[in-house]
Amino acid sequence: MAELFMPKLNVPEGKNSEHTALIEFADLSLYYGASKALKNISLTLGEKVVTAFIGPSGCGKSTLLRCLNRMNDLIDNVRIEGACKIGGHDIYAKDVDVIELRKRVGMVFQKSNPFPKSIYENVAYGLRLHGVKNKSELDGIVEKSLRSSALWEEVKDRLHTSALGLSGGQQQRLCIARAIAIKPEIILMDEPASALDPIATARIEDLILDLKKEFTIVIVTHNMQQAARISDQTAFFYIGELVEFGATSKIFTNPSQKRTEDYVSGRFG
Amino acid sequence: MEPLKKNNAPLGWMGIHRGHQARPVEWLAEKLIFLVSLSAIAMVLLIFLFVAREALPVFFGETNTALVQQIIPTAELDKHSDAEIQRYLELTPEQFKNMDKETLKTLMDVKIEALNDVPENFRNDPDAHVNTTDWKYLLKAHQWNGYDQPEYIWQPVGQIKKFNIIPLFVGTLKVTLIGLGFAVPLAVGAAIYVSQLARPRIRETVKPMIEMLSGIPSVVVGVFALIVMASVLQKIFGYQTRLNAFVAGIALGFAVIPVIFSIAEDALTSVPRAYTQAALALGASRWQTSWQIVLPAALPGVFAAAVLGFGRAIGETMIVLMVCSASVMSWNVFDSARSITTTIAAEMAEAVNGGPHYRILFMLGALLFAATFVSNMIGDFVIHRFKNKLEGKR
Amino acid sequence: MNAPATKHFRTDKFDFWSFFFSGLTGLATLFILGILAAILVNVIYNGWNGLTWHFVSSIPKKDFFDAKTTGVLPMIIGTAFRVIVMTIFVIPVGVITAVYLTEYASNISIITRIIRAAVNNLAGVPSIVFGLFGLGFFINFVGKNMDNLLHNSSAVWGQPALIWASLTLAVMTLPVVIVATEESLKAIPPGLREASLALGATKLETIWRIVLPQALPGIMTGGILAVSRAAGEVAPILFTGVAYFMASLPGRLSDQFMDLGYHVFVLSTQSPNIEQTRPILYATVLVLLILTFALNIVAVIIRARVRKKLRAQS
Repeated sequence: MAELFMPKLNVPEGKNSEHTALIEFADLSLYYGASKALKNISLTLGEKVVTAFIGPSGCGKSTLLRCLNRMNDLIDNVRIEGACKIGGHDIYAKDVDVIELRKRVGMVFQKSNPFPKSIYENVAYGLRLHGVKNKSELDGIVEKSLRSSALWEEVKDRLHTSALGLSGGQQQRLCIARAIAIKPEIILMDEPASALDPIATARIEDLILDLKKEFTIVIVTHNMQQAARISDQTAFFYIGELVEFGATSKIFTNPSQKRTEDYVSGRFG
Repeated sequence: MEPLKKNNAPLGWMGIHRGHQARPVEWLAEKLIFLVSLSAIAMVLLIFLFVAREALPVFFGETNTALVQQIIPTAELDKHSDAEIQRYLELTPEQFKNMDKETLKTLMDVKIEALNDVPENFRNDPDAHVNTTDWKYLLKAHQWNGYDQPEYIWQPVGQIKKFNIIPLFVGTLKVTLIGLGFAVPLAVGAAIYVSQLARPRIRETVKPMIEMLSGIPSVVVGVFALIVMASVLQKIFGYQTRLNAFVAGIALGFAVIPVIFSIAEDALTSVPRAYTQAALALGASRWQTSWQIVLPAALPGVFAAAVLGFGRAIGETMIVLMVCSASVMSWNVFDSARSITTTIAAEMAEAVNGGPHYRILFMLGALLFAATFVSNMIGDFVIHRFKNKLEGKR
Repeated sequence: MNAPATKHFRTDKFDFWSFFFSGLTGLATLFILGILAAILVNVIYNGWNGLTWHFVSSIPKKDFFDAKTTGVLPMIIGTAFRVIVMTIFVIPVGVITAVYLTEYASNISIITRIIRAAVNNLAGVPSIVFGLFGLGFFINFVGKNMDNLLHNSSAVWGQPALIWASLTLAVMTLPVVIVATEESLKAIPPGLREASLALGATKLETIWRIVLPQALPGIMTGGILAVSRAAGEVAPILFTGVAYFMASLPGRLSDQFMDLGYHVFVLSTQSPNIEQTRPILYATVLVLLILTFALNIVAVIIRARVRKKLRAQS
């Protein structure tokens, strides 16, 4: 019923115009103490769409990403103005339970951070937290998640060895498996491939294209080719401001702003 | 409403509106953790409160050691004010409150008996008429009956108890300063060597070994000082009394060396490598760099190490207790000395619970607590400033 | 550049000050190590012969100065007992405080700074003052009030007892546990906490399932350091529970106890015949030293083991 009231996305020449809007930033500003790190961002992202946030370092793209699962709450002195809505609900409203929110908005970090536990326990961690105790149910979800993240074939014989023994790319895919095991609706990725070699990066990118069928993905990247390859929409940020947002093909071929053009063509950044 | 709806119906997002009340256990645990974490503060306050509490009557002049006092006949209990009776019977206000008339009368009978029991020869002794716990007698020299001149005397036994605390202060300072005079140069020297000059492999072995020294219980150092060092030092210096403040001070030095060493070493290592490398690049030798660049930069840290070492030395008990313990008013290092800690440790067992001697020992403890509190504050403050400065915060 | 200029770079010239300075500081280091060696060698050399099974395992009669019949079993048990009871109190309180300081408190808040200052100060309070505190607070206040309430004013708790000595030591070693735990908590990468929180774990779940298991080696080290410090301390227990002599072993928390460190003190200062008691004195010192040092070594081993295990698997 609720989708009837959802606004339709107005993407000029995109293929995603049929997607409903899921995430909406409405005049969002964020302060670290006195300094304003995000300046009046207004942006609407569609459901089951891959959106890339690009821009030079320090432009606030990661900070904006972390607003979506309220990871910024962990930092002292952060203050937010405006609204950040998911599915029409303001996630900064007073009665919002952050824990519940984070169950629905998964995250993959820049540096892979598997727990110092076995591979199996890493994936099962979130499930156990949320009350799944049945062994066969756990086994099933762990296998499915590892298959979805294209890791199953590589680790099925050593599920109970330490996750820290995996290679960097495998660790990052494990983190993705861990995130999708609890079936979030949105997955945030904060430069997930920046520390990986080209082959591992390619695998992660394939994986993202695969996951897009089921999840809404927001990815922060400083790799322009990567953004062009995997995203449907792209938002370009510069010193805390949203400069331009649109279909990826348009941003990379025919941007309407001069700064965007300079950045995507590699003239600065 | 299903909070954990797995499909993607946008209605599911209503589930995030649960508020913080949804997790009472989490909330309760957080409050409990906070309360427990206050225990360190509580303990410091309690230590101060309860050590001072036992000492308060001395501060307020509520103790009276005069042997010869005006007797208040038991029948006249009601004619005197509560405060007077309480003081007369040397009770704390709390104790006084809990007693009924009968108990008070019994106590007054006991007191009269005790006052009448005083031997005849004390009746004419002027010292028997004074309250020796008065501040005048605690701090100033007094010419006691039978002495030729005013003297500082700590002699808490016998009929007339003398509680002058100056000899204890002198003893404490004497032993502590000898200890620091011995420990500071050695510990700082070793800290310079380990942090600046030694090769990494030597550093890795020497550091834990010096820290091991702090793991030796002080009674063990005491035994070593008492049996071995006392004889060795006497042979070298050829003084008369075998056990004296000098031996105690040196042994005390052993106990504070690890403290001073680790703080000074930490301060020296935290001087940025850029300083050292700049000096070395200009052609200074290793020792020039250490002496002219690193040591001046780390001086506040080294100073703090000495201050914290002082706090540790002044509070050390067992070593001094085992090595020397006679209270003599003398600055001569080869005389004996009795420190404040030693006095408390040795005499508390004999002191009557709640009596003047007991209260004065607690007062000494309170003073000791205050002294170490201040030296710790100074030490920490200096280190804090030093670290901030190195990090360029101010 | 001409030839003589390059010659300056060679260090074949003897630099007196360099030699003097390194020599002096090196000597200071050697001297300190010499002290350590002298104490250890002296104790081991003199104590070795007295350290027999009979000595370690027998309960002495009233005259424990007699070298033939004496033993230190009650002292070992008393010391162990008081230290174990102390651990039960100090570890939870210390760990929870450290968890609050690193996981919950903000570093800029005033209350955090006061807690830190209190911990620092607690670490510097002289041990004899802890003894006075134990007497003034635990025995004369808590104990006496317990007797008034529970035992009709007969003295059960309002006198020196094992529990009071242990609690006094727990207060004394609280900073040791807090500092060690805090150190190990800080060493855990923040990424692990973020990962757990991002999966929808609460703070408490994150601490319990991710942070504390990681901090375990640090907590254990802190606990063992506290134990090794407390085992050798005599001043805080002087008025709070130690006994000169007891015919029976301590069985209840309200009992007094004999103690190794205090026994060393008694043997070295109260002996009627110093020459005769010297062998048993040294043997007792050796037992005390072995116990405290063994604890330190155990700390190192446990730390290494737990780390290895953690690395391999959960």
